[in-house]
Amino acid sequence: MLFGAVLGAAAALCVLALAWVLWDVARHGLTLWSWSYLLDEPSNAGRSGGIAPILVSTLAILAVALTVAFPVGVATAVWLAEFAPGRAAPVRLALHALAGVPSIVFGLFGSALFSVLLGLGFSILSGGLTLACMMLPPLISTTEAGLSALPSEWRRGGAALGMSRSSLVAHVLLPAAAPTIVAGAVLAVGRATAETAALIYTSGYVDRMPGSWLDSGRSLAVHIYDLSMNVAGGDRAAYAAASALVVLILVINLFAASVRRRWALRQLAPD
Amino acid sequence: MRHDSDVLAKQLLGVFAAATALLLALVLGFLIRESVSVISVAHVWHFLTDDGWYPLERRFGLLPMAWATLVVSLGALLVAAPLALALAAYETFLASPVVASILRLGMGLLAGIPSVVYGLWGLTVVVPLIAGWQAPGTSLLAAILVLALMIVPTIAITSSAALARVPLPWLQGAAALGMSHRTLLLGIAFPAARGGIVAGIVLAAARALGETMAVLMVAGNVVQTPSSLFDSVRVLTANIALEMAYAEGDHRAALFASGLALALLVLALTALAHRAQRGGSYAA
Repeated sequence: MLFGAVLGAAAALCVLALAWVLWDVARHGLTLWSWSYLLDEPSNAGRSGGIAPILVSTLAILAVALTVAFPVGVATAVWLAEFAPGRAAPVRLALHALAGVPSIVFGLFGSALFSVLLGLGFSILSGGLTLACMMLPPLISTTEAGLSALPSEWRRGGAALGMSRSSLVAHVLLPAAAPTIVAGAVLAVGRATAETAALIYTSGYVDRMPGSWLDSGRSLAVHIYDLSMNVAGGDRAAYAAASALVVLILVINLFAASVRRRWALRQLAPD
Repeated sequence: MRHDSDVLAKQLLGVFAAATALLLALVLGFLIRESVSVISVAHVWHFLTDDGWYPLERRFGLLPMAWATLVVSLGALLVAAPLALALAAYETFLASPVVASILRLGMGLLAGIPSVVYGLWGLTVVVPLIAGWQAPGTSLLAAILVLALMIVPTIAITSSAALARVPLPWLQGAAALGMSHRTLLLGIAFPAARGGIVAGIVLAAARALGETMAVLMVAGNVVQTPSSLFDSVRVLTANIALEMAYAEGDHRAALFASGLALALLVLALTALAHRAQRGGSYAA
């Protein structure tokens, strides 16, 4: 039984480390929350004041990313699952590879393409487009999995009724797969929320309230990095922002789970 | 039956799919485009032999940072892999359902914490602990420990999925023969699941090599070939993040070239993981 005890100790160690991180984030961070923290502008290089413009920038960057990635991702997934006659392999391979590209490399790419070549500079648009590229692989794989999980009788039934494949997709398959697709998109947004390295040189550092999509906007993750590394005495504020980021990601993930569950229940009901 | 709308839909969707696939080529193409001025035998020779990294004096020795990257990643794997494998085995075979679900939830949470939060925690908790023992604290060791914590879930989640796919009759047979937990796990379950386990470890290696923020925040970022666990080191990804702000000309191109090298290395590892996952499982 000694062997089992060693395994259990290793598992406990991993969980303890996790608890340690979360405890510190909650202890140093959550205690600094207040309404003014969420609603005020940062002051004194972020050491005091709030995070309102940073939250707005974060959400704006994510909105750009999702608006671009969602239609492209769903279209690609539909093609892969329903229309690709044995020509899907190279696309899948490319997506698989893309999923592994480090985020700092996406940062270099986004900075060269969006900020410099397309002239968007340090902007919310540039950061959002960079994140859109990173979101595509997870978005496509969840959407494709959602479509593939639908019973093939539905496809045959549609064909027997003389439906075109495109109207079958539009009226039967996509609505049926909607919960998984939406949940997958929300999860991809959650992952993008954690992104830092890809945003430093695309959406930039500016911590003022953004006035347009072409303004630089500091995301929450970049805010934590800046407070921790570049602002002397910024650790307290960095922990406050870290707790906000962890809570935001938890809320996004819980939302994804509840979308999937609630929607799945509603679909089962008529049967 | 052939519908005109289907032909149109197929072509339209195909354009999106092609664009997605081309994105990979576009990423690599841009890295090459921006680094092309330093992709030559002479420049690569400089990367490998220049004494130190002093870009403003046009000395571009990348080797110390390449070594630091490899040592940090290997160290993190050495720490994380045994822990993660033990956790996966415990969760799959020994834990009660409640404990197993707590472990799964924990791994999910661990995987979801942003790297910049790990960096902050490492800088304010791990670094002072190490500094109390050996100054300055921001060190190879801090980077290894924080990175190990970040890649434990990658290895644990893929490994426990692979262990759960080991055919039940094999385990029942082993139990019927009176094998101990230890023999059953090390002799039957792990070898049978090796494909998924290797894939998880290789993916974790790719993640470790590409990780930027957490390592940047705790490693101290002094450019030197590491000679002890307590040395401050700078890895390639951190170098890009630190210097892109002001790099120009050959310096900027050198940063893109190091990004390109890193991307190709990670792509090779991803391909390897893909093959391990497909090939090496119980092909009885």
